[in-house]
Amino acid sequence: MPQTDAATVALARDGDSEAFRALVERHSRAVYRLAHRMTGSSQDAEDVVQETFLKAYKQLGRFESRANFSTWLHRIAVNCSIDLIRARPHRETGHDGADLDQFGADDRVHAGHASPERLMLSTEVQDRVTSALSSLSAMERAAFALRHFEGQSIDEISRALGLKINATKHSIFRAVKKMRVALEPLMSAD
Amino acid sequence: MHLTEDDLILHYYGELETAAAATAADHLRECTACHGNLTKLQRVLAAVEAAPAAEIAEGFERTVWARLQPELAHQRGGWLTWFVLSPGRLAWVAGIVLLVAAAFFAGRVSERLPAPGVTDSAAATAEMRELVLLADLGEHLDRSQMMLIEFVSATAVGDVDLPAERARAEQLVADNRLYRQAAAANGNSALAAVLDDLEQVLVDVAVSPDRLSDVDLNEVRQRIEDKGLLLKVRVLTSEVQKRQRSQMRARAGQSS
Repeated sequence: MPQTDAATVALARDGDSEAFRALVERHSRAVYRLAHRMTGSSQDAEDVVQETFLKAYKQLGRFESRANFSTWLHRIAVNCSIDLIRARPHRETGHDGADLDQFGADDRVHAGHASPERLMLSTEVQDRVTSALSSLSAMERAAFALRHFEGQSIDEISRALGLKINATKHSIFRAVKKMRVALEPLMSAD
Repeated sequence: MHLTEDDLILHYYGELETAAAATAADHLRECTACHGNLTKLQRVLAAVEAAPAAEIAEGFERTVWARLQPELAHQRGGWLTWFVLSPGRLAWVAGIVLLVAAAFFAGRVSERLPAPGVTDSAAATAEMRELVLLADLGEHLDRSQMMLIEFVSATAVGDVDLPAERARAEQLVADNRLYRQAAAANGNSALAAVLDDLEQVLVDVAVSPDRLSDVDLNEVRQRIEDKGLLLKVRVLTSEVQKRQRSQMRARAGQSS
C-alpha cells in the first residue's frame, strides 16, 4: 500500500532520496498543469516544475507535518511561476482586446443550434480557449489562473503578485473580457 | 441601474462586498437583461473551465526526476552547493551564454577591442574571466559530444559502457539545464533549442535501465541523428574553441 504524503515527507526529510522521488512522481503532473496554466508555455512549465521541487527539497525541514503537502507544494509552484513571469518580461505576449475581435464576426453562423454541452466539448471552443488564454499578458494570465482555476481570492492574488487590489481586479477583468470576446460568439446561438 | 460587466465578474467569483452582493442578487432576480448577461458569462467561464489541461508526455515524472536528481545530489554536497545553484553560478552561466551567442550567431569570431577608458588591469581581468568561462562551456560541450559519439558509433549494446555513460549524462544534465535556461532568458532561442535537444538525449541516457536492448540503443541513436544533434554540438564546440583561440592570441599580443 502506498505511503501517505506525510509519511513519505518524513522519510525524505531524513535523507531518503527514494522517498523524495516518490513525491516527485506523485505530484509533478499536477505542478506542471498549474505552471502551464499560469505561464502558458510548456518549457516554462517544465522549468517551474524543476524549481518547485528543488525549493521543496531545500525547505522540507520547514514543512509542518500537519499541513497538506500538496497544498504546500502548490504554493511553491505558484511562487516559482510568478518569479519566472516577472523575470521574463520580454515574453509578454498579451494583445489588446481589439486583437481578439478578429475571432468574432462570423462565428454566430458556426454556432448553429448546438447544445451548450456539445459546444463546450467542441474542438473549436477548446482551440478558442487556448488562443484566448495565450493572448493574455503574463500578469493577466497569472491573475486569471489563480482566480479561476486555483480559486484564490483577489486579496490573496494581490499579495502573491505584488499588485494593488485594483490592479489585480483589472487584470482579471481584462482577462475575462478577452475570453468573452473570443468565446461568446460561439455560444450566442440562442 | 444595471450591473456593469465588472460587477458581474465580481459577482460570479463571489468577490462583491456583502451589501453589494445582496443588491446584485436582488437585481439579477428582477432584471432579465442582467440575468442574461450573467448566463452568457457563466457559459464562457464554464467553457474555459472545461478546456482540457495541457498534455503531458508519458514518462514525464521520470524525466523530471532525471533532471532533478543531479541537482539534489549537489544540494547534499555541502559547501559546493553555493556555487552550483547560487545566483552567482547562474550569472556565470549567463555570461558564458552571452559570449558564445555573440560568436555563434554572428557567424564570426571577432577580436575584442578594449573599451576606451578601461584600464589594462581591468581588461586583463575581463579577458581572463572570458577565457575561464569559455573553458567551462567548452568542457561541457566536449563531454556531451563524446557521449553522443559513443552512442552514434555503437553498432551493438555491448559497444557502449552504459554505467559510465549514464553517470556522465547525470552529471551533464544539470549544467545543460542551466545553460539552456540562461540562453532562453537572454533571448537566444536557437541556442536554447540546441541545448534543449541535447538535454532530452542526456535525460534519456541518465534514466536508462541497467540493461539496454538493441532497440533502445537504436532509439537513442535515432534521436541524435534525427535532430542532427551531433553536428549542432560540433558547430557550437568549434565556435567556442575559435573564440578561445582568439582570446589566447589576444592575450599573447598576437593579431590574427
